[in-house]
Amino acid sequence: MSTTYQESGRRTLITPEGVDLRVTLADIGARIGAMTLDLIFIILMFIAALFILIYSGVKTEQWETSLSLLILFAFFLRSFYFTAFEMSRRAATPGKRIMKIRVAARGKPRLSANSVFARNALREIEFFLPLSFLAGSGATGVDGWMSGLGLIWSCIFLFFLLFNKDRLRAGDLIAGTWVVKTPRPILAKDLASADVIGRERFAFTPAQVGAYGVKELHVLEDVLRMRDPETLQDVATRIRNKIGWKASGNEENIDFLNAYYGALRGRLETKLLMGVRRKDKFDTR
Amino acid sequence: MPSNLQLTLKSQRFREERKEDWRALEALLGKVEAGRVRQLSNEDMLRLPRLYRATLSALSVARATSLDQSVITYLESLTTRAYYAIYGSQIGLGRRIVSFFRHDWPRAMQLLWKDTAVSTAILVLGTLLGYFLEISNPDWFYAFVPSGLAGERSPAASTESLRAVLYDKQGQGGLGVFAAFLFSHNSRVAILCFALGFAFCIPTVILLLMTGLMLGGFIGLYASRDLGLEIGGWLSIHGTTEIFAIILAGAAGLYIGRAIAFPGERLRINAASHAGQTGGLAMAGVIIMLLFAGLLEGYGRQLINADWLRYVIGLIMLTIWLSYFYIPRDFSKLDINPQKNKAGSI
Repeated sequence: MSTTYQESGRRTLITPEGVDLRVTLADIGARIGAMTLDLIFIILMFIAALFILIYSGVKTEQWETSLSLLILFAFFLRSFYFTAFEMSRRAATPGKRIMKIRVAARGKPRLSANSVFARNALREIEFFLPLSFLAGSGATGVDGWMSGLGLIWSCIFLFFLLFNKDRLRAGDLIAGTWVVKTPRPILAKDLASADVIGRERFAFTPAQVGAYGVKELHVLEDVLRMRDPETLQDVATRIRNKIGWKASGNEENIDFLNAYYGALRGRLETKLLMGVRRKDKFDTR
Repeated sequence: MPSNLQLTLKSQRFREERKEDWRALEALLGKVEAGRVRQLSNEDMLRLPRLYRATLSALSVARATSLDQSVITYLESLTTRAYYAIYGSQIGLGRRIVSFFRHDWPRAMQLLWKDTAVSTAILVLGTLLGYFLEISNPDWFYAFVPSGLAGERSPAASTESLRAVLYDKQGQGGLGVFAAFLFSHNSRVAILCFALGFAFCIPTVILLLMTGLMLGGFIGLYASRDLGLEIGGWLSIHGTTEIFAIILAGAAGLYIGRAIAFPGERLRINAASHAGQTGGLAMAGVIIMLLFAGLLEGYGRQLINADWLRYVIGLIMLTIWLSYFYIPRDFSKLDINPQKNKAGSI
């Protein structure tokens, strides 16, 4: 069990109450997307500040104050945009919020401010340093070689994320953090409560209900939630053949599948209460 | 829930009975995450942990008895959110700032003393090397100091113009800009110095040596023109703060690099994250020091032209920093342990 969920990006997180929450790590794509969005926001904020400065009617005597404010603003934007947002309650920058991911401490519940600071200080070598080498790549001769080597060196940090199983940036490694998914929980309708026209028609024998295990039940659940007519037809036919079910003339596939889902789940859950978890149809318990 | 619907399965009944609690928890979490904790009534504050524990136990039960995937997925993401909201809550910003200045920062500095000593030694070594090389042959200057930074200060300049730079009143109108520029430039160098420690200390050592060489080169150039005393004042007014800050940034980098290279009995990854905590804290302090240094360099140095006053200010700043960091005190008394903190457990 543990190996299968390790592979799907899930990690053990045990609460003080002793329950494993099995957090899901954020996808690499989501993280790159979040970073891109944040960079766009940073640039937009800087441009906005520039426009405010230009159009606020600064008098010539005041240009000095406003220019130093602009320099400070640019510095704080670059160095502390991430830090400030990640220290907030949601532990996520706007980009991360949009991608539904957040920063969390590894193995500890509390994400400390120091971690957030360290995590983002490393961004300087992970992201801005390669960028500056890239800017110098136009140079020729020794300078060009130097910046090329520098670029290769700093790309090790840039792509650090791709080469470890916990998807840690160098900053995450130092700060003891990782990035996890925070999907909005949506409670979907219980399929066992679905309206079935003529439920009393569907009386399955124990042998018919006993044809499948948990794995097939979950597949059936996915099929029923997707409600794709072709798949429904296909799955209904297979199940009917397998259990030897004679469909009556006006029987709808969706009704049959819903009824069978309810019956199968009832049977498997009863077994589960007795301590038997029937894995799949090949499991003969 | 339509009444005509029969609840045949235990897992169905289980879900229907608890659904309201789950929704209530969801609504409370929405408020907490939006930062509207203050708007919660006392009753809600008490309900939050109760609902959290109820939901957590529902998750355990559902995993063991229910085969409804949607419920399990829902409960997993709901409890994870609640877990972070309840256990991961931060103490207030005000308290954090107070605790940072009262004990977190000086304690981090005391923890870093070995690295600070090493980093100071490297910088001093670089400075001495730069100084003696520069004295022996002025052309070394070009190797140490990047031409953009040197400006008109080079061995080719006349003694008079070198002196003029030290007491220059040029651009007094733009002092604020100058201070802001210096601050942001130096902070970036310091952050880089820290971050580079990650690569087993080596780049940090190089950066510190280069800074030392540059410093030594400057001092050597001025000393060779009998301006040693003057350059000392010019440097020390802000340098005691700025160079100290860079030394500390280097120390924080070395601390991390050391933890990664020699983790001891701990796992490398744990050693790194442990060191990162202290290093991050030290770096937050370094940025504050550089803010002071920027102000002293931008305003103080340009406005104060008396050598002795420059020395005095520099020494006062150094004394303040040293006594703030290194005067021994009992931190355990001052410690606000966040685990025992009321706000921490909501």
